[in-house]
Amino acid sequence: MSTAESSVIHKWKRWRRGSGGQKTLVGITFLLAPLILLTIFTYLPFFKMVQFSFFDMRYIGKRIYVGFENYIEVFSRDDIFGSLKLSLYYMAGAVVQLCLALFFATILSFKTKGSAFFKGAIFFPFLVCGIAVGFIFKFFFTPGFVLDTMLSWIGFDTNNLPYWLQNVKINNIALVATSVWRYMGQNMVLFIGAIMSVDPNMYEAAEIDGANQWHKFFYIILPSIKTIVLLNLILSISGSLSAFEAPFVITKGAFGTATFFVMMDRMAHQSQKVGLASAMAVVLLMIIFVATIGQKLLFHYAFNDDKGISGISRKSLRSAEKRSRTVNGKRK
Amino acid sequence: MSMSSKSDGTSTFSKIFKVILIAGKYFCLALASFLSVVPIVVCLITAFKTPEEYASTSVMTLPQNWVYFQNFVTAWTKASMTKALINTTLILICVLAGSILFSSMLAYVLNRFKFRGNKVIRNLFLFATLIPGIATQVTVYQIMFQFGLIDSLVGYIILLLGSDVISIYIFLQFFENLSESLDESAILDGCTYFGVFFKILLPLTKPAIITVMILKGVATYNEYYMAQLYLQTKPLRQVVSTSLYVFTGPMGNQYNFICAGVIITIIPALIVFILCQKQIYNGLGAGSVKG
Repeated sequence: MSTAESSVIHKWKRWRRGSGGQKTLVGITFLLAPLILLTIFTYLPFFKMVQFSFFDMRYIGKRIYVGFENYIEVFSRDDIFGSLKLSLYYMAGAVVQLCLALFFATILSFKTKGSAFFKGAIFFPFLVCGIAVGFIFKFFFTPGFVLDTMLSWIGFDTNNLPYWLQNVKINNIALVATSVWRYMGQNMVLFIGAIMSVDPNMYEAAEIDGANQWHKFFYIILPSIKTIVLLNLILSISGSLSAFEAPFVITKGAFGTATFFVMMDRMAHQSQKVGLASAMAVVLLMIIFVATIGQKLLFHYAFNDDKGISGISRKSLRSAEKRSRTVNGKRK
Repeated sequence: MSMSSKSDGTSTFSKIFKVILIAGKYFCLALASFLSVVPIVVCLITAFKTPEEYASTSVMTLPQNWVYFQNFVTAWTKASMTKALINTTLILICVLAGSILFSSMLAYVLNRFKFRGNKVIRNLFLFATLIPGIATQVTVYQIMFQFGLIDSLVGYIILLLGSDVISIYIFLQFFENLSESLDESAILDGCTYFGVFFKILLPLTKPAIITVMILKGVATYNEYYMAQLYLQTKPLRQVVSTSLYVFTGPMGNQYNFICAGVIITIIPALIVFILCQKQIYNGLGAGSVKG
């Protein structure tokens, strides 16, 4: 018995020291924590969400099975399903944001005096934390305060200006503008990076051929960063469905500014209608999945790019990595 | 004669056109920069105004006295900034250390070891990027509740570590470009796989570590949705991003204090931005996978 036991221990020790055993041990220990976290905070909530969506329940207390009633409520309640329409504002905002980002990235990538300052100033709002953005713009839009004063400088009559955050005709546009304010610089920095990775020899060759700045933009820059622009466009359009931050911190969703996620948060954490909120989340996830599959197909057929999104991001990653390495190399 | 005058005409025309173009370019840049900083600068101006000045002057008038710090003092104490800064620093250290360790280990195994399930694990992480974090908070809240992790800094740190996919991709990418001959020769020299990872590979991933620190650091410092949901006892468990919540409610229109508070939360971000601009720009490029 004891000899058998010791031979088991001996075998274990040999296995542990051997290459295969070591690999298994290292593999398991290294994978354990990330996989547990992924399960508990992504997949378990995901499956629970699907389960909860069929119940009438609060966080604590009894659960009643209601079948598809929550889903019917999601689609029939105008304040819930109608809030999806607000995404259109954010989609339009996303397009404006990317166009502006592309414009400024292009002019900043040519020789410009003080480009570091301009780049920094346009980018900095991205680093301001969410709640601070909320207060900054509550202040900015308060009647008679910042925006009204600036508009009066260029000749507007302050008495005729609307209540930017209360007027339902304009408040969503005001919120989208804050979102553009915050994220445009980030897109711009991304595009500048992509433009910088264009081979400079191409510009020289084009200059010898007599190309001007417009030619350079349309025939060199745009084709080489087409994929990253398109990728960002698709990402921000599908991101518009989950627009949340601007209305959450500035208006709390009042005066018809509650987007789908603001409504969901309200249902879950204020009204404690956990089942309904789960159904809302599931509906939005379905839309996002369909949109993702759609964009993969689009990339596959329209651009003959088999790799789709992941291929492009891998490419953009690699070029970014190369850039950062040359930066580090220079410093050394 | 007529030919030369014509060419003179076009060259002066093109010169004027060029000047207009350059002027237009700088005008656009100046306007965009102005609009980007003006909401913040107005806050700075307001933060230096005395209550009487705040009540009597327009928001765009400069303060009379640039060394009036009373608003900052009030904002600092009202929002318990000391506690908030301590908590945020603690959270940043734990989250950054944890996420660098976990994601580099995971990326190492996925990149260097061939085993069944490798592809499955990669796809599990890829699929997770599609799920917006806020959507799952409905049920994550319930899970946190069951584990007793609500209103606990430890719970919040674990939660932030659990929603971490971007760092994994940055490390995976980095390991793909690190030659395997390095590990192989170390193994032949009798180094263990643990040793290879901690002594040889991890120090080499410094650029990836910096990128992760910046992206994850900015995200953690600015994260407020989960912070306001899970860290409820104030001021004991508040962080910088939630500290300003104290100004909603009855203080909701005392903007001279609020602006001072806003400026206080912006200062750390500004310092980091000025010190590591280049790394931030590069890091964003690398983090563009998630968009």
